[in-house]
Amino acid sequence: MTTTDKTALLQRLLRERILVLDGAMGTMIQAEKLDEADFRGPPACGLSDHTHDLKGDNDLLVLTQPAVVAAIHDAFLEAGADIIETNTFNATRIAQSDYRLEAKVRDINFAAARIARERADAWTARTPDKPRFVAGALGPTNRTATISPDVNDPGFRNVSFDELVAAYGEAIDGLIDGGVDLLLVETVFDTLNAKAALFAIDEAFDRRGTRLPIIVSGTITDASGRTLSGQTTEAFWNSVRHARPLAVGLNCALGAALMRPYIEELSRVADTFVSCYPNAGLPNPMSDTGYDEAPATTAALVADFAANGFVNIVGGCCGTTPAHIRAIVEAVKNLPPRIVPVEETADAAA
Amino acid sequence: MSRAMRLAGLEPLTIGDDALFVNVGERTNVTGSRAFAKLILAGDYAGAVEVARQQVQNGAQMIDVNMDEAMLDSKAAMVRFLNLIAGEPDIARVSVMIDSSKWAVIEAGLKCVQGKPVVNSISMKEGEAEFLRQARLVRRYGAAAIVMAFDEKGQADTFERKVDICRRAYELLTRQADFPPEDIVFDPNIFAIATGIEEHNNYAVDFINATRWIKQHLPHAKVSGGVSNVSFSFRGNDPVREAIHTVFLYHAIKAGMTMGIVNAGQLGVYDDIDPELRERVEDVVLNRKRADGESPTERLVAFAETYKTAGKHVVEDLAWRNTDVEARLSHALVKGITTYIVADTEEARRKIEAQGGKPIQVIEGPLMAGMNVVGDLFGAGKMFLPQVVKSARVMKQAVGHLIPFIEAEKAKSGDAGKPKGTIVMATVKGDVHDIGKNIVGVVLQCNNFDVIDLGVMVPAQKILDVARERNADLVGLSGLITPSLEEMAHVAHEMQRLGMVQPLLIGGATTSRVHTAVKIAPNYGGVTVYVPDASRAVGVASKLLSGELKDGYVAEVAADYEKIRVQHAGKKGPPLISLAAARANALRLDWPHYLPPRPALIGRREIRRADLAELARFIDWGPFFQTWELSGPYPAILDDPVVGEAARNVLADGRAMLKRIVEGRWLIANGSIALLPANSIGDDIELYADEARKSVALTWYNLRQQNERPAGKPNYCLADFVAPRDSGVADYLGAFAVTAGLGIEKKLAEFEAAKDDYNAIMLKALADRLAEAFAEWLHMMVRREYWGYASDERLDAAGLIREEYRGIRPAPGYPACPDHAVKAPLFDLLRAGEIGMSVTENYAMLPAASVSGFYFAHPEATYFAVGRIGDDQAADVARRSSAPVAQRAV
Repeated sequence: MTTTDKTALLQRLLRERILVLDGAMGTMIQAEKLDEADFRGPPACGLSDHTHDLKGDNDLLVLTQPAVVAAIHDAFLEAGADIIETNTFNATRIAQSDYRLEAKVRDINFAAARIARERADAWTARTPDKPRFVAGALGPTNRTATISPDVNDPGFRNVSFDELVAAYGEAIDGLIDGGVDLLLVETVFDTLNAKAALFAIDEAFDRRGTRLPIIVSGTITDASGRTLSGQTTEAFWNSVRHARPLAVGLNCALGAALMRPYIEELSRVADTFVSCYPNAGLPNPMSDTGYDEAPATTAALVADFAANGFVNIVGGCCGTTPAHIRAIVEAVKNLPPRIVPVEETADAAA
Repeated sequence: MSRAMRLAGLEPLTIGDDALFVNVGERTNVTGSRAFAKLILAGDYAGAVEVARQQVQNGAQMIDVNMDEAMLDSKAAMVRFLNLIAGEPDIARVSVMIDSSKWAVIEAGLKCVQGKPVVNSISMKEGEAEFLRQARLVRRYGAAAIVMAFDEKGQADTFERKVDICRRAYELLTRQADFPPEDIVFDPNIFAIATGIEEHNNYAVDFINATRWIKQHLPHAKVSGGVSNVSFSFRGNDPVREAIHTVFLYHAIKAGMTMGIVNAGQLGVYDDIDPELRERVEDVVLNRKRADGESPTERLVAFAETYKTAGKHVVEDLAWRNTDVEARLSHALVKGITTYIVADTEEARRKIEAQGGKPIQVIEGPLMAGMNVVGDLFGAGKMFLPQVVKSARVMKQAVGHLIPFIEAEKAKSGDAGKPKGTIVMATVKGDVHDIGKNIVGVVLQCNNFDVIDLGVMVPAQKILDVARERNADLVGLSGLITPSLEEMAHVAHEMQRLGMVQPLLIGGATTSRVHTAVKIAPNYGGVTVYVPDASRAVGVASKLLSGELKDGYVAEVAADYEKIRVQHAGKKGPPLISLAAARANALRLDWPHYLPPRPALIGRREIRRADLAELARFIDWGPFFQTWELSGPYPAILDDPVVGEAARNVLADGRAMLKRIVEGRWLIANGSIALLPANSIGDDIELYADEARKSVALTWYNLRQQNERPAGKPNYCLADFVAPRDSGVADYLGAFAVTAGLGIEKKLAEFEAAKDDYNAIMLKALADRLAEAFAEWLHMMVRREYWGYASDERLDAAGLIREEYRGIRPAPGYPACPDHAVKAPLFDLLRAGEIGMSVTENYAMLPAASVSGFYFAHPEATYFAVGRIGDDQAADVARRSSAPVAQRAV
């Protein structure tokens, strides 16, 4: 199937039903309780002598423990996810600099895409009436382009737009070469970072002469209803709308219960598909996964969004396990997808 | 969803095709503000940030940032300043206009802004290739763009050049750069006028005409401009510059100018400009040839001298302030000016006191004299209702000032001033509509009647109790919905029973002379008079309270109404056919060959907090003028030689308040729709809970036309447009209820506390318009999306108002379905209570600014009037609904 066919298929399915995204990769990896040696992988990986600790660099596991990552993908696919995310949330030069692994960025993205592609294709072959898709995940990095880290100099920035564009560009090439079906700019806490990612995507599409669907997913960080960088939901949408994404949505930070008004607002203003993958409630440090909302609870909240016509794509973020995804699949399977408002066409003008 | 430029700072700014004018703050521009340039050059960025903050506080909806100064590293200054304001939430909430003649500076700015900014500007001055390259980048960075009317040959000065360049740029952008047309903002160049150079005289006109052309020919494109340029030749003379900007913008905005870079503090109100100055400025701006051959420029230059040293406030012609206090009061009343009214009233009071008079004499003397002038002008058709209501606002404030003095005087002497009479007024039980009643109240108060307004939903008992307690001379009843007519008849009947004698006045949109004569007057032995509009209220009330005129007038009315009753009894309307015959002549649609579209949404859906700015685009202004008793079709009414000026002014006031309603979120608009399986059974329509079509969610008993129809024309009933159950065709019907009146009480209370009836009435009128607009918009959404049978329908607001679409949305109480009673089950079905709506016992909707009804999708569905029905149908529908029909068509 060509890229264009895949995109058309995805769009058709989104009009027919609510699609389900997978759950939390990080939560599942944490449960494996891997140690420093596991993260470094077998000697063939060449990281035995790396000068920095690598434990906690989850993205690296696609190179050092590919079977662990593949098994997690399998668990979510088995639970009924239509779309799985590559394990690349921190796989940019900027985020990997913490581990001094800038040089591995392209390999990580490529390998992550290959693993996810292979697992998705295996499940598509097993359930041909339920084709599976791979979303190349682009995280926010650990720096913000709009907020000064120096309280004494509000004009200072520790990352520039150009640096972000270069870093994202490198990751995007790896993901596309590895065979992703779409790109997911997620957990946007600073819209300028996201705009850099979208800029890099557009450049990459031009460079490669191909286009893939994009999902942009923002993060409302607290009950004020704003992103970390201060934007309202609608302002966030207006700021990324130029990329003509396949879907726009919200993920992470708040659990589904607190996310409701913002998903509702997004659903009202966005003339594209809407996605939503909340955390399993608010963080609870006492819980094993860090989150303690039960699958049935998360699923019921997500089903409420669906029943009200707010969403086209649902799934889970931090703390959501295959059990959560299974419950969500079950809860939304008979609910109609949100109808996308159409914008009047240019020639309709008086 | 409407096509709009959707900008953002921390908060969104949506600018659609019909958006109100957007102010772009101009002070954060080193080329335009010497003060700002000084701060930046001195490196005082904290001071510069304060300038930006002030701009936003003063109402700038966007700020223009320009660092093009030869002594400056413009790129570094742009980056530094944008990064600094990004950290100031009360500045960063608005979007930014990144302004530079250097692309490198613009690009550096684009990399600093998280929202969606506007680039100011790009153009074809370096050729098409560079223009397209920049445009593609602007889009990639996520910005909108101002496109200057500038090409390889230079800046466009004439209309033809402006238009040619804009057209070419638009085509390049939309066809080759995939640039969204709604994100294109043309700047067709504002150049200085009145420079003394002949060729410059038409520059403003060329801009205005180019603006109009762009709006007409380049869909969704916007127009902007730097306004200060136009008055450049009057620099140093701020009052005249301000007048020029105001007049220029007045005409440019009318032509469609979307936004402008302006100093918000340096803009006046068109109507407030000294008429002499305005006329001269207008001659210059519009390049009008004068009959006397004088040069408009020279005339303005000469006149401008007299303004040169004057401060800002002197632009207003204050000559009237030099007249005596009586003349000033009269002027203030006629012009509706509240600024000085308390001081002037106080001055008049002291003057009368000094002459040994009483405070009441201020009212009886100069204030009434002024109101008489207003009344005469109104009577002569030289003033119109909106102006009269403004006059009333002045009067109320003057009276408000005097009341404590009058009370004190009364306490001293035991004597009170005598009004012409007392009237008790109310909107009857079950009805909530009071705009017309309030207007009548205001007009009567202006004419020195003591008005006791009991408000809305007032039971007969209360009206009559108050009338007797307060020894009222007159009772006035108002209502809008048809059940109110019966309630009025009931009040008349009660007055008779209680042995009252006061004249009864009847008014309201559904009332009529015939109805009053035939249905209300016979219930009451006293005189009952129909008052068609506010302008007649004073005449009627005065005659009824006049010793000499009353008897003659009462006899005249009685004779007139008797004649109507005789005619009505004799006529009885055209003959009716039997219900059976009418049914035999029902509309028969070809159901076997019709596949009803299945709604994309089946079930209920709420729309909470609909976007008021979006709804405002769908407003049909026609009925707005009817509210203000200005007659004529819109928009022709604006150019009407008689009422045109009043219409323009009330529309300007309305639009200004609409802007405040939208921006201040004064009102909340909620709605609920339900699209459900439905079939007809005879004349009834059943809506089912689900596709099984077993459980009936609502049965709607409809009425059928019973008048004799011309050959070939059916006797319509709404049920004819829905597939009969026994046809086996799976048909659907929609239901809706929308309101735009939630939260209105707060602002109304503010206006009422300020004795500002004008704005209180205006707000209600606008809430009504928004509710209707909401219904229009939602119906469109239903056709295009929720039901989805017309997903490719693309009509503009005018097309919608002309109903050029497939399907109808009849509302209970209107001619096709005159029975209001279905509103109760309809509201239950829609769970309207959950969105803050309800119906009264007489089926008026709450809030008052609400619309409800049903959606029919069949292409043949059409509006019609049921008209009179026979007793056979009345009995039949009563049996079907096993309850008496609350209201029958009259």
